[in-house]
Amino acid sequence: MNDNILVKLKNAGFRIKNKWLVQSVSFQVEKGKIVTLIGPNGSGKSTTAKIALGIFKKIEGEVEKYTNKVGYVPQKISIDWTLPLRVSDFMVLTENIKSEDIDEALTLTGVIHLKNKNLGSLSGGEFQRVLLARAISKKPELLVLDEPVQGVDFTGEIALYELIKKISDELNCGILLISHDLHTVMSATDHVVCLNGHVCCSGSPIDVARNNEYKALFGEQASKTLAIYEHKHDHIHSNDGEIKKN
Amino acid sequence: MFDDFFIRALVAGLGVAIVTGPLGCFVVWRRLSYFGDTLAHSALLGVTIAYSFQFNIALSVFIISSIIALILIQLQKKTNLPGDALLGLLAHSSLAVGLVVIGFLTFIRFDIMGLLFGDILAVTLNDIIIIWFGGALILLMLKLIWRPLFASTVNYELAEAEGLNPDRAKAIFTILMAAIIAISIKMVGLLLITGMLIIPAAMARNISDSPIKMVIFSIIGGVLSVIIGLFTSLEFNTSSGPSIIAAALFLFILSLFKIKQSVQLKN
Repeated sequence: MNDNILVKLKNAGFRIKNKWLVQSVSFQVEKGKIVTLIGPNGSGKSTTAKIALGIFKKIEGEVEKYTNKVGYVPQKISIDWTLPLRVSDFMVLTENIKSEDIDEALTLTGVIHLKNKNLGSLSGGEFQRVLLARAISKKPELLVLDEPVQGVDFTGEIALYELIKKISDELNCGILLISHDLHTVMSATDHVVCLNGHVCCSGSPIDVARNNEYKALFGEQASKTLAIYEHKHDHIHSNDGEIKKN
Repeated sequence: MFDDFFIRALVAGLGVAIVTGPLGCFVVWRRLSYFGDTLAHSALLGVTIAYSFQFNIALSVFIISSIIALILIQLQKKTNLPGDALLGLLAHSSLAVGLVVIGFLTFIRFDIMGLLFGDILAVTLNDIIIIWFGGALILLMLKLIWRPLFASTVNYELAEAEGLNPDRAKAIFTILMAAIIAISIKMVGLLLITGMLIIPAAMARNISDSPIKMVIFSIIGGVLSVIIGLFTSLEFNTSSGPSIIAAALFLFILSLFKIKQSVQLKN
């Protein structure tokens, strides 16, 4: 038994009445690794994350979770504004967190100045940064990020993905990342699972990009974009045109 | 000191207000006003059963309200009726059954008005003990389930994903609701208990920017309502329940001015 495993899905699936939202999904998230789920709308990415988190309980197949220190950034969150809730109250929602850890997390995601603001007064992008700060301030073993940078401006997006990579290294936590934005995500990912109601292909980013089913699902162009992006990273062009391995 | 009926009513009323403050915040946050009403209406059935079998009123109300809450949960699972229809169905049928049973109990003199609107003359030393001990127990339980209950009020999936067991917290909270209705029925009366839960909390919402502040202001509002209400009740010989609720309404109206100010500041 590998004790680096944080959560493991074996042929997991979930259906409402007779409609399968997703089925036969198998993968595992290990400490210090980033697993990315990609797939078109309605392919079961969020459902898979909820299976892994144990939110959906009546599932087919098996899910084994080996940690309770979980940080979750859901895709959709509707907060009821009948609640008077400041950012600082929201940070300690599920756990008591030291105030220096709260400040550190809010600083990392660039929203420390909003600490005493009411949650209802934040913009979409600001709220997204607060959600991410809350999840990382817990110093979790498993981070589940469902479209964590939606609504964040472009430069912020890249910075937040870099931050996610850094967190995975520093905390040695496993990350299950969901994104439709293949281009930015891929550099940091260790393992990609491409979903379309079931696992259509999985493997390292480069393997997935070359996979024919992936090409069929996202088109030739996406595959090329990905390949070029990967390509940039495995060697350097020096000034005289010579190619050096990275 | 407890010989004086007014002192007894005051001590009992303050006990009730301290407990309805925090519970009422959750009623407002979780949109449970009609649920509270349903439990309160079913309390009449609890009272009649208590009279029929010479049983403790608070205990009987607590048991009947809990049973109604359980029936509601089952109906929600087994039928396709919307929640508000089920609540209305249970509230009015349990009230009706309670009133029919009262019709049969001709050998007991019933103070229906006291039951519906509260009666400060009826508060005994025993009631005070039930209110303060029961109330302390309710607050203790609420403190224990505070984090999962509050987290799942904000977002159920976050609470569930991060291992807080929100379903258990919700079940316990339902029992606490039945318990607060049971202990406050004599003071406020069963028609107005939900008002005691909602109005001080609503007043507190208007003047708070954090959950803890809202709970504290809600308690203060409830305590003030009880004091003002009971003095009015004594002075003008009005029913205690309506007097307390009217005082709470008065505080709520005052709190609206504070909102007006802060809205003006924003603009």
